[in-house]
Amino acid sequence: MRKIVVVDRYRCAYCGACISVCKFNANELIETFLHIYDDRCNGCGICVKVCPMGALKVIECST
Amino acid sequence: MFDVIVVGAGPGGSIASKTCAEMGLDVLMVEKRQEIGVPVRCAEGISKDALERFVKPKRSFISREVVGAKIFAPDGTEIVLSEERAGNEVGYVLERKIFDRYLAKLASDAGAEVLVKTTAVSFEKKDDRVRVRLLRMGEEWDVETKIVIGADGVESRVAKFFGIDTTLKLNEVESCVQYLMTNIDFDPDYCHFWLGKSIAPGGYVWLFPKRIGANVGIGVMPSLAKKTPKEYLDDFVSKKFSDGKVVEFVAGAVPVCGEIETAVSDNVMLVGDAARHADPITGGGIANAMKAGYYAGIVAFEAVKRGDFSARFLRRYDKLWKDDFGRNLARKRRLQQKLIDMDDDTLNRIFHSIPRNIGELSVRAIVLEIFKRNPKLLWDVKDFIF
Repeated sequence: MRKIVVVDRYRCAYCGACISVCKFNANELIETFLHIYDDRCNGCGICVKVCPMGALKVIECST
Repeated sequence: MFDVIVVGAGPGGSIASKTCAEMGLDVLMVEKRQEIGVPVRCAEGISKDALERFVKPKRSFISREVVGAKIFAPDGTEIVLSEERAGNEVGYVLERKIFDRYLAKLASDAGAEVLVKTTAVSFEKKDDRVRVRLLRMGEEWDVETKIVIGADGVESRVAKFFGIDTTLKLNEVESCVQYLMTNIDFDPDYCHFWLGKSIAPGGYVWLFPKRIGANVGIGVMPSLAKKTPKEYLDDFVSKKFSDGKVVEFVAGAVPVCGEIETAVSDNVMLVGDAARHADPITGGGIANAMKAGYYAGIVAFEAVKRGDFSARFLRRYDKLWKDDFGRNLARKRRLQQKLIDMDDDTLNRIFHSIPRNIGELSVRAIVLEIFKRNPKLLWDVKDFIF
């Protein structure tokens, strides 16, 4: 099982806070759409703590 | 082929574009969002001096003028600062949606090309040029440029692509939300600030009056916060403005790490939040972003004239912004680290120790009064005042 971060799109305000703290370049805003690249995300969850909207969470996934 | 591609059409990007274009450079400014200035990620305050250095104030983008700041201790004790003493963020409250478009128009009038709904998705060095891949409505294409100015905000990808490590730690960022509120009671001539660990750990709550209603927002430091900024703000608002109505809701992050070592790399300069130019105490960023944009524009022109886009040459830009406000950022960062350690009782005591009849209050006068009464504090923050 590995950990990755997922976004709740109903909460995300596409502000970019999460991108400013990610040292793995695992996230990016294209226009107003937050992408999280799961091949780069290591699930550390630092972005979860900075998200003003509480829109991110770490989940375990099997693939 | 462009001389300069500016990524991001906020105040820093537009002033950079305008400066470059006025000197005859071929400039393209790209903005990933479909509307310049939207969504606002800002309390919209700026001092009159800082604004007027770059643009003539216009009624269209000045939402309100204020005469000073009211600062509240955790127990509600109030001190009042007049506008000229209150710092870089108090004087005008802008309508950023209009202001940012106005600045983009100035850049465009000067000859810059502007593209919205266009994201710069990748950058590739090619000899002494950069190939920028743009993405717009699903369509990708490449453009070449001599220089990239990264004005792409707190989430800067330009910095990352060019190896300038600006990744923030959890004690180097303020996580913020803001409501535009109506139906609330406040003194419209003042910006308001509420301090205290219980209200906003590592940050503060602000109220900036606007033509209609006021921006009521909060910044908290994620390393100290026990819940989301929205939850802290809702607590505050339910106590203070229980009848208030929220007509806009925005979120964002403000870098408060202070002065970074360098904002340049080969072919690249960063300005504004991308270069962590926001003030670590107040979180204000418009004034420094515009200055940085101007300096980056000047240096871009010199670099094009010389045909030298190396980091070594572009360090002139570092020197300009550091001499202007970089050291101040470093000082404010040190002071911030002292302030966030203060508990609410200490803050209350400090506010109580300031005599009501001090006359013309200034930050300096207040601080001197505090030190007369709390000499132990002096050592901690001496860098800041002297």
